[in-house]
Amino acid sequence: MRLSQTSPEQVEVYRFPWLAAALIPALAIFFQAFFPVQFPFLRIFDVPLLVTIFLGVTRRNPVTGLVTGCIIGLIQDSLTHHPLGVYGIAKTVVGFGASSLGVKLDVEHAVSRFLVTYGFYLLHQFLYFSVQRGLVGEALGWAWGHELFAALVNAGAAVALFALLDRFKQRN
Amino acid sequence: MENLITRHRELSVLAAVLISQVFGLAVQVRSKDPQHAPLIRVWAVATVTPFEQAIVHAEGAVYGVWHNYLYLRGVRQENRDLKAQIEQLRLEQVRLSQDASQARRLQALLGFKEQSILATLPAQVVGSSGSEQSRSLYLDKGERDGLRKDMAVITADGVVGKILQAYPHTAQVLLINDQTSGLGAIVERLRAQGIVRGSPAGETMLEKIMADEEVQPGDRIITTGGDGIFPKGLLVGTVIKVSTADLFLRIRLHPAADLTRLEEVLVITKMQDVAPASDMAASPRAADILAQRLPGVPDKPTIAGAPQAGTSEAAAADAVAPKSAAGAGAKPNPPDTAAKPQGPEPAPHRSPGPQAKPTHDSKPAPALKPITERMQ
Repeated sequence: MRLSQTSPEQVEVYRFPWLAAALIPALAIFFQAFFPVQFPFLRIFDVPLLVTIFLGVTRRNPVTGLVTGCIIGLIQDSLTHHPLGVYGIAKTVVGFGASSLGVKLDVEHAVSRFLVTYGFYLLHQFLYFSVQRGLVGEALGWAWGHELFAALVNAGAAVALFALLDRFKQRN
Repeated sequence: MENLITRHRELSVLAAVLISQVFGLAVQVRSKDPQHAPLIRVWAVATVTPFEQAIVHAEGAVYGVWHNYLYLRGVRQENRDLKAQIEQLRLEQVRLSQDASQARRLQALLGFKEQSILATLPAQVVGSSGSEQSRSLYLDKGERDGLRKDMAVITADGVVGKILQAYPHTAQVLLINDQTSGLGAIVERLRAQGIVRGSPAGETMLEKIMADEEVQPGDRIITTGGDGIFPKGLLVGTVIKVSTADLFLRIRLHPAADLTRLEEVLVITKMQDVAPASDMAASPRAADILAQRLPGVPDKPTIAGAPQAGTSEAAAADAVAPKSAAGAGAKPNPPDTAAKPQGPEPAPHRSPGPQAKPTHDSKPAPALKPITERMQ
């Protein structure tokens, strides 16, 4: 399996119909807000983050990726009781990183998707906690075991979710 | 400079977006009310919650039709069981009401005040924040239904949390297992005070209990009532694990209300400080009855040069004289009665001595026998 792509010709850039580009993040946020009430174990998933990563690595445009991440993060912030911008900053960086990485790596393969999501989940959580502790001043506790397990679970879910979302993408 | 920005366009945009968000965060953190809802928050909540409410209400309707009209198997047997249970509960209620009236009498004697719940509003849980780091819920009722910030949210089992933000049609509830939550609580058995809040993994913890306290698994944790949000004595949870961490104990709780499966909750919309109603207040006192039955004797005219109230004897008589006796035509006592030494328990019918002026002091007698004993 090749993880790196050195030739620009090998990079495939995809786009999404505007309806899908708007509905996929909206549904992800709705899923995240609604279903954990009915099924509490779903709380461990961060579906908006998975969608941010997917849109980033698929569209491979850093500006679009960071703007998408920023909007998704801010809406997610709106539903929490934390100040606006905590998820916004974390997802902006993840969106930018995923788009930049998508240019360099083959992110069509399940294993690479798993590893990319695993890494970005931990980066996202690290940024989130750093902003919460450093800028907002809330002493949130960091549980290594829990975060590593959550990263694993989310990476696994990403493989299935990305395969589902692949149906909506169109070659540019 | 312009070339640099053009050359690193993506990085420049990233920096601009991040700086604007950091600036926005700083403004929110510095503002007096960080929970003040900016428009984006109001819009996001107003967009998401109607869909959640629609699904929850549709689900409830389908469930109601199925269980109220279609799936009625075992209802007769359940009805019989419930009737039997009602009979048992009635017997228990009689016993408990006796205990309660006794407790009210004692509380009245101690001048004890308690916060009672005057009104509650049932509400349905329709959504959540969707974040592991923000353990909060959304209700299907909001400001227009009378919900306000800092109202307590409970279930029949125990405490759930408090309202953090009230929107027109929904309200956000901060659960007690959130890391930023802080609920004053005491260990019921030891009366040791601590703070309940959540752990990063969402466990409910009791903090700030000194390590030398003998907290044990199974101990009940109740609210202190000191925060002005929750009434005193509501069950928060039970201790399931205790370990020592430096100066304080690390106590893990099992929340009384199942915070992971909340469907309906009660919001306490009105509380009031009330002194418990006492049977003593309603029933006539023995001193009053005796004062009415004894024949009235006119007051002696005041003799010039006689000791006035304010002397030690008069003061002692004042101190023990019941208010009602003085008020209901106080009469001079016979000399033998007046000369009796002051015992620890004054006779309730005793009137002021001949030299003492009738008193209207509202101070109660220093020691009172139970009303039933005095009546005998």
